[in-house]
Amino acid sequence: MKVTLFIPCFVDLFYPQVGISMVRILEKLGHTVVCPEGPACCGQPAFNTGYWEESREVAIKVMESLQGAEVVVIASGSCGAMMKVFYPELFAGTKYETQARELAPKCYEFSAFLVNKLGVTNLGARFQHKVTFHDGCHGLRELNNKRPPRELMAKVHGLELVEMGAAETCCGFGGTFSAKFPMISTAMGDVKCASALDTSAEYIVSCDSSCLMHLQGLIDRQHKPIKTIHLAEILVQQ
Amino acid sequence: MTEPAVQFKHDARRLSADLRHRQIILTAMGNYEVARDQRKGAFQDWQSARQMAAETKWDAINHLDRHLEQLVRNLEARGTKVHWAATDQQARDIILGILRAKKARIIVKSKAMTSEEIHLNEAMEQAGYEVVESDLGEFIVQLREEPPYHIVFPAMHLTRDDIKDVFQRKLGDAPSNNPEELTMVARRVLREKYLQADVGITGANFAIAETGMLSITENEGNARLTAALSRTMITLLGIEKVLPRLEDLALFLPMLAAMGTGQAITCYNTLYGGPRQPGESDGPGEYHVVLLDNHRTALLADAEQRDSLHCIRCGACLNACPIFRNVGGHTYGTTYCGPIGAVITPNLRGLNEWRHLSYASSLCGACTETCPVKINLHHHLLQNRRNASRRRPSWWQRIAFQVFAPVANKPALWALVTRMGRLGQKAHSLVKGGRLDPAYAWTKTRDLPPVAKQSFKEWWRARR
Repeated sequence: MKVTLFIPCFVDLFYPQVGISMVRILEKLGHTVVCPEGPACCGQPAFNTGYWEESREVAIKVMESLQGAEVVVIASGSCGAMMKVFYPELFAGTKYETQARELAPKCYEFSAFLVNKLGVTNLGARFQHKVTFHDGCHGLRELNNKRPPRELMAKVHGLELVEMGAAETCCGFGGTFSAKFPMISTAMGDVKCASALDTSAEYIVSCDSSCLMHLQGLIDRQHKPIKTIHLAEILVQQ
Repeated sequence: MTEPAVQFKHDARRLSADLRHRQIILTAMGNYEVARDQRKGAFQDWQSARQMAAETKWDAINHLDRHLEQLVRNLEARGTKVHWAATDQQARDIILGILRAKKARIIVKSKAMTSEEIHLNEAMEQAGYEVVESDLGEFIVQLREEPPYHIVFPAMHLTRDDIKDVFQRKLGDAPSNNPEELTMVARRVLREKYLQADVGITGANFAIAETGMLSITENEGNARLTAALSRTMITLLGIEKVLPRLEDLALFLPMLAAMGTGQAITCYNTLYGGPRQPGESDGPGEYHVVLLDNHRTALLADAEQRDSLHCIRCGACLNACPIFRNVGGHTYGTTYCGPIGAVITPNLRGLNEWRHLSYASSLCGACTETCPVKINLHHHLLQNRRNASRRRPSWWQRIAFQVFAPVANKPALWALVTRMGRLGQKAHSLVKGGRLDPAYAWTKTRDLPPVAKQSFKEWWRARR
């Protein structure tokens, strides 16, 4: 299958290893990966801030660059939800509405693509660590993505998953929210980290690098004894 | 920033760092969640129940005119006086008019968020009436001279020691911090007031159009005493509280109990059908119902957000909301707090003044997921943000997003930004975490990850 991979801006700049892991995994499964040079962002920051016209400028380019794609795999639950769920809303009543509606069913978050589309759960990965999983809100509630990451982790050799009490509670990132209301965002992150630390896991795993950027930022500042890692970085380890 | 926005930010900063507050709320919510989930599990199929509730409310709200007319016809047929109040001012005037006509002195009230919305207590007290809240939680916050903290649990933020303190201070009677003993103190004070009261004022949870009845849900029996012992009873409710049929309560009463308090059914559910009828032994001599609009029809006209009128004020979205849990109810500075408050307050009280509430959300969607009547709460927050930015954009944010669009869209520009990011981060280390730091909002409490030595796109290009 020809897989079009969409790498969001923050993964591109801060977490290239997440995208690289995805490329390696998909190629190992025998698929051809293409990655459009075009837009770097899905348009979510402007959309969430209320600047829908400005968001459309970005989103139109995204849709153009993905035209003709068979499937689109997005390296983030949040950007995935933007393209799959919110593009149709953003373009409702405009001439791009059909295009947005046609794109939506082709879009998959990475773990959902492996499990739901390809039917693959065992990638032969090894990761000898105790981990806990953070459900990114967009992946969980917009994309209904509770099951796929857990099915993948269940097949990772050596990995022990301990669910935390606040697995489904927002970490407090929320895009521009984290800068507009940093005190609330930080308090939410503290609650999340406390719940993760209660499990005595070594890693917080997630399908969203943006949540992990926020949590790792708090962990580094407060020297908490836990690390963060994207699921793809685990699945690539043999 | 508007005044409410300044107050919100100030209080949010204080409360989100208050670990005692955080612990009180997290403990209360932990207990609530267990009870709620147990009760949800008792439904044969919770998701179908939600769907049915949403459809019933959809019918009620989309044919509001018809249902209201039927409600009023049925109420009047048994001698209830119905008043229509377009604004909060009108509602206050109507109620003060009734109090004057009845030469009332002491008013006893059961819990009603609608009365908070129109600031009824202040108006009655200013006019010289003695007003007593009879719901225990409301009684406590009234003694503390503060508004309710939560739609359902007005005194949720207080410990038993806090309550002992205020009883000692205001009533001169607090034998211990034992909840039972404290409740007996409140009971003694309130029982006297019920007997002295001239007029009883209640809210309503549902208004049944088919039978012309007001349904009131409570756990303490205080609403029943408020209604039974006063010569005149007034019920104040928003026009959106209407349900078409009596049988709808078979779903809505257990649903409200499950999501509001984690109960199978609340202790007292009473239907009020009018004043005492000939041959009846109890009930008020006179019954007034005040139907309040106060901008609800403006929401009704908005097809996008009309479903926010489905709200049954169960408070479940507050309980699920991580923002509410960290900043608490008072921080919102509104009658209705939490997600539902952030959705409707900008529509009821002014978009520009209250827009900050719609931004104070990570859009996690826990509210929408829990809402028993399926209000699309977090999408409405997005729509409020869009409407607010259209009506009065922030010039610097608009410019930022206008500049961002071509940068994100052109690979050459993005590559340049990537390189500049690396350079910028070196310079950034000089000011990081300090007041000169342009990223201070982030770096005050969090580290920033370094821009990668080779970005994904650089890796991709090099690989090909």
